[in-house]
Amino acid sequence: MARRPYTVIEGGPLLSERPPAVEAAGLRFSYPDGTEVLRGVDFVVEQGESVAIIGPNGAGKSTLLLHLNGILRGTGDLRILGLPLEAKNLREIRRRVGVVFQDPEDQLFLTSVAQDVAFGPANMGLDRDEIETRVREALAAVGMQGFEDRPAHHLSFGQKKRVATATVLAMRPEVLVLDEPSSNLDPKARRHLIDILQDLPVTKIIVTHDLPVAYELCESALILSEGRIVADGPIEAILLDDMLLAAHNLELPYGFAPPSSLARKRARRL
Amino acid sequence: MACAGTAPFLTETRTGGSLVHRLDARAKILGFIGFTVVVVTTPARAVWAFVLYAVVLAFLIGLARLPLMYVLKRALVVVPFVLVVAIFLPFFHKAGAGGYSLGGMRVSGEGLLVLWNAGAKAVLGVLSMIVLGSTTTFPDMVSGFERLRAPKVFILIVSFMYRYSFVFVEELRRMQRAMASRNYRARWLWNVPTLGHMLSALFLRSYGRGERVYVAMLSRGYEGTVRVLGGGRFGAADVAFLFVLLGAVVVIRVVSSL
Repeated sequence: MARRPYTVIEGGPLLSERPPAVEAAGLRFSYPDGTEVLRGVDFVVEQGESVAIIGPNGAGKSTLLLHLNGILRGTGDLRILGLPLEAKNLREIRRRVGVVFQDPEDQLFLTSVAQDVAFGPANMGLDRDEIETRVREALAAVGMQGFEDRPAHHLSFGQKKRVATATVLAMRPEVLVLDEPSSNLDPKARRHLIDILQDLPVTKIIVTHDLPVAYELCESALILSEGRIVADGPIEAILLDDMLLAAHNLELPYGFAPPSSLARKRARRL
Repeated sequence: MACAGTAPFLTETRTGGSLVHRLDARAKILGFIGFTVVVVTTPARAVWAFVLYAVVLAFLIGLARLPLMYVLKRALVVVPFVLVVAIFLPFFHKAGAGGYSLGGMRVSGEGLLVLWNAGAKAVLGVLSMIVLGSTTTFPDMVSGFERLRAPKVFILIVSFMYRYSFVFVEELRRMQRAMASRNYRARWLWNVPTLGHMLSALFLRSYGRGERVYVAMLSRGYEGTVRVLGGGRFGAADVAFLFVLLGAVVVIRVVSSL
């Protein structure tokens, strides 16, 4: 296994001293046709946390996701890593918040894997050696070394998904935002991606309706329904509340029961 | 989803390890474009010069170990072009010297010279581009043009076109399959509206794709310029290639107009 490029800095500021990764208060957004998608969203994600944002189709999950790096800007208060979402902060926010989109075809647009992974670091103005180091590290982190010169259309869907993740990791984001990371993946590719994500010591915000994936990767969950956050708490509490899930058109897969916290910890250590 | 080998619709560069394949893309771009420019400026009457140019190309094709059939098949693209010229041939230079009678129509010597001129130059130009295209991968070509300071917008358009043509073709195929699965067959004129719907759906999908790609670019800090990682170094072999190739054709060209 290659050296992990992401290490937690020893002696860094205490959790409580760092600004939250995301702090939203009364966030509202309407599309130009007048449809109100976010109707006052309030939540906080601390740095180092892994949070799942779950919700039915049309709840506003994707719209919310596009706010996290300022692609869309609604009204209300939104701070990312302590920075208000303003034009002058966009560059820094986009450097520190990495978004992995649902369809990897959208994220791989250059002529080879290496070029795509280098795109973000190059935009950061890094020098060539540093860019190459980052490309190598990011591809190693997702187990895609040796694919540097392949064009994206020669990869399988699971491989594309991993490279799309690498394109973001190469920027060494502090907050990683993932939109439906497990969609369309077969069990093996899904397992591989979960393992990769589990090992990354960054703040993770996972937008999904794959509840088992949310359960594996996150400690807490938010339910977004009809443009509002309707539940916020530890993931076990939320996933075990069938009434709550049902009320928002969500349900656990048939036969799936989340193991208890203890079992979960034990399973992870193995 | 498209995986390796399922998209024969778009042919790709043949990979190979020959000397020509390994040259720097910039050397090849300059060399083959230079070759074409010199060929195009050669006077048509110097037939022997064109033969020599062809010999130079044949040598390069051999050096690159390109299969002859593959090269010839691709060279067929010039046929329609030459045919168009040939159709207008009888109407050129009606009073030209040394004409021939062809089924009641007069073909002038001047006209034939025009055909020869256009045909020979087109074939040589296309052949040189085939050698360039067959020995340089698309990413190398793009980065070669970029490092030759071609306008960034062109580079971007071309590389996006290349990348998304595969996605587009795959989308078209999925749509065709979905239609075939519901027993759709394009039979007659009343099927045209369906085709129209299909095209507009494809357009909308591509438009949406474009928007999403742009968002993904912005998310990674895109601010209007794409900095592409450079390829290899311009070495002695590249200098030698450029010097020998351009030297040879320039000498032929100069002698041809003496």
